Amino acid sequence: MPEVRCSRRQLLRAATALAGALAAGNPARPARAQARAVAAEPITPALIEAAKKEGKLAFYTAMDLPVAEKFAKAFEARFPGIAVRVERSGAERVFQRIGQEMGSRIHAVDVVNSADGAHFIAWKRSNWLAPYLPEEVARHYPPQYYDPDGLWVTTRVWLSSLGYNTNLVKPEEAPKSFADLLDAKWMGKMVKAHPAYSGTIMTATFQIVREFGWQYLEKLAKQKVMQVQSSTDPPKKLALGERAVMADGNDYNLVQLKEAGQPVEVVYPAEGTPLVTGPSAVFASAPNPNAARLFQNWLHSLEAQQLLVDFARQHSVHALAKDKPGARRLDEIKLWKDDPAGVEQMSEEIKARYAQIFKV
Amino acid sequence: MSIALPALGAPRTQRIDLSSPILILFAAFLCVLILLPMSWLIYFSLVDRNGAFTLDNFKTLVTDSAFLDPLTTTLILATSSSIICCAFAAPMGWLVARTDMPLRRTVRALVTASFVTPPFLGAIAWELLAAPNSGLLNKIYRATTGAPPDEHLFNIYSLAGVIFVISAYTFPYVFVLIANALDRIPGDLEDASSILGGGTWTTARRITIPLALPALLAGALVAFLQAMTLFGSPAILAIPAGFHTMTTKIWSLFNYPPKPELAAAASVPLLVLTVALLRAENLILGRRGYSVVGGKQGNPRLVRLGALKWAALAFVFLVLMCPVFLPYGALLNATFSRVATSFVTFDNFTLHNIHFVFFELSATQLAVKNTFLLGVASATIGTIMALVIAYLTTRRAIRGYRALGFLATAPVAIPGIVLGVGLFLSYARPPFVLYGTLWILLLAFVTIALPAAYQQLQSAFRSVHTDLEDASRILGSTRLRTLRDITAPLLRTSVIATWCFIFVGVIRELSAAIMLFTSETKVISVLIFDLNESGDLGAISVLGLIMLVITFAVVIAVNRIPGFGEARLRNA
Repeated sequence: MPEVRCSRRQLLRAATALAGALAAGNPARPARAQARAVAAEPITPALIEAAKKEGKLAFYTAMDLPVAEKFAKAFEARFPGIAVRVERSGAERVFQRIGQEMGSRIHAVDVVNSADGAHFIAWKRSNWLAPYLPEEVARHYPPQYYDPDGLWVTTRVWLSSLGYNTNLVKPEEAPKSFADLLDAKWMGKMVKAHPAYSGTIMTATFQIVREFGWQYLEKLAKQKVMQVQSSTDPPKKLALGERAVMADGNDYNLVQLKEAGQPVEVVYPAEGTPLVTGPSAVFASAPNPNAARLFQNWLHSLEAQQLLVDFARQHSVHALAKDKPGARRLDEIKLWKDDPAGVEQMSEEIKARYAQIFKV
Repeated sequence: MSIALPALGAPRTQRIDLSSPILILFAAFLCVLILLPMSWLIYFSLVDRNGAFTLDNFKTLVTDSAFLDPLTTTLILATSSSIICCAFAAPMGWLVARTDMPLRRTVRALVTASFVTPPFLGAIAWELLAAPNSGLLNKIYRATTGAPPDEHLFNIYSLAGVIFVISAYTFPYVFVLIANALDRIPGDLEDASSILGGGTWTTARRITIPLALPALLAGALVAFLQAMTLFGSPAILAIPAGFHTMTTKIWSLFNYPPKPELAAAASVPLLVLTVALLRAENLILGRRGYSVVGGKQGNPRLVRLGALKWAALAFVFLVLMCPVFLPYGALLNATFSRVATSFVTFDNFTLHNIHFVFFELSATQLAVKNTFLLGVASATIGTIMALVIAYLTTRRAIRGYRALGFLATAPVAIPGIVLGVGLFLSYARPPFVLYGTLWILLLAFVTIALPAAYQQLQSAFRSVHTDLEDASRILGSTRLRTLRDITAPLLRTSVIATWCFIFVGVIRELSAAIMLFTSETKVISVLIFDLNESGDLGAISVLGLIMLVITFAVVIAVNRIPGFGEARLRNA
């Protein structure tokens, strides 16, 4: 599963080398790539034809709704005649809905994109995912960012950051670290999202507990934090001015809002920032298998990945995707490493303890 | 009453009376609607994950503070809402029914508008208005008083806030009950009081109020039950405030990993409490019922308020600000504003939200279609069922009519979320897999609507004298033909009212739908709820207004169906 140990620059260098090796037909391919169980698939006219016959697909995702709809519309423009229906909810809610639907033998999901990598471990174990490796992924993605059997690919990378409303807080007074949030002056002034709803927050909570232990959250809970559900909501609550500081939430929503002229600012905490990776997969029981594969393929193409960087303000692991000029790069931020296997082990405990500590 | 009887033609030779097949059919259907889900609910509350018998679920329920706290909160919330509703609905009902206050009809219409507003939409609108920092009312307060930025007048994210919003959308029930009861109290008794020397206030105190007391009691009970079983408003406001109610707790038990056994056990107290309260109401009202109520004697006398009538009108409109004017204003503002809680100006005016909902949001079309389809289907099926059952029971047409009447009333004791849990447990696994189809939602909506629909039509049947039906039967018609040719036309006003009532109820419904939807069977209420969780307030405002437009359009259209609905508008 995805892990970030090296900086993004190192990572890109490795990926570029890999891509170069592949392009040159170098026989000294890395062992990982050789061990791939599935062939890389390009977008073929036959696939497009078959997908158009199906004419639609259901995309279950945890990404911010306007972002997801943007991808849907871009895909529809690229492949006219295939309608994408976005089913957006928090990653943990998406996981529960898919589980509930599959349990009743309802096969509605074609492609899923989550904010919690742990879900793909569970789905892989249940044999619910279809092996499908898009060609561009095999060429341009570092191998730790996709499953060797082609069951999932990391679509996007982003952070759970802090933030504040610039009308309500002066930059010099803004919190700089997780520890700052425990200051009494932020009592009743913070908003945070919920790990039983949001995969971003589940991932971030796991990393916070790993780094600081539960006592940090116990202290935070005494600060009368406003509890919302989705990690997309704290940035919006900041923009409204409903709360001055956000204790967790998507950094990309804040960047988008700031660029739209809203009075918000991102803070990457001094101790380190929780890193979140969002993989996508095609379901084996997809009712529209060809449209699903076409969408999965396109979603990881340079076209879609550049949209991810430019519009969705997230980070791509596609080697050719270009950073937006002036945007904060991942290697400039002190990152914590994500650990989907660890999250999978701990998710029930996190939900239960969190509910105990925060009462909701 | 005199009406023209349609020609009945020659007596038919074939006379198969369909009453016993109909009884069996309806009884079986009602069992599927009610008994099966409730049986599964009880079963699940008594087993562990492996299906072995256990009382542990109930033990957890009474020992774990994660369940005891929500139960206490729910009781506080229901009691306070009930008291507040009565405190405001009773004087308003009296003003509208028994005084010469101006604009009485407008006030009634506005109360109906507040009934049509889904409570969860009202809760979101009140977030826009009274969130402590970004709420429009708090902004106005700070701007006018110069208070510092972190000071606020209202905080909707609090127990008081939740009680307020629930009361604002529960008070129509109490208002309608009280106003209707006061409408029906005959003027004769008040005249007698006056003749005997009682002044206006003595008459009110000694005659009118005691006669209206049973309705007030019933209203208090309805408000209590509504507040206790409501899901949407607490889900939207209580969780940011940091507490759970029973309904939000039950719902959270379906989060992964789902705990249906605990959810079933947690539903039982709501069920038991509802049944107990309805029994208690029966016992109390059974003794206090006044037979005069319901008669059609002299018109009620209107109390002259004099100059006070303007004060009364001001009071009524102040109350109506809460469920109608302010929330709709906030939703309209958010629709056209770049930031949901900024006042629309030339600078931040935008059509983006409307564009997003109509051209980008891919769930809109499906949700609108599903909602419309379910609304029409539930209203039609529910009305037909209620009509048949009401006929069979009021005319005592078949043996076993009592059981039928009981079954049709029973769902009133089942809170929406509990029914949702029961239906999910019954129909999400083989042999009957209805989960994932619109059918399971249809079952839920018809079940929820049936008791009120049945009671409305039952009282309508009682007002149609049997002589007319007997005449038709003597002339050789079967029961069904009589029903179609004689009774139905006389009942059309009530039938249309019932149909609209169910339709509006379906549009408002969230608590059962949230348990039963899948991505392909989403309805607007669930979509709005989803959008609220990700904080997309602009899109919610547009969808909420679409929802209201659809509701009003359908209700008005149905009332204008030529030769069928025209009567209703006149009477309304």
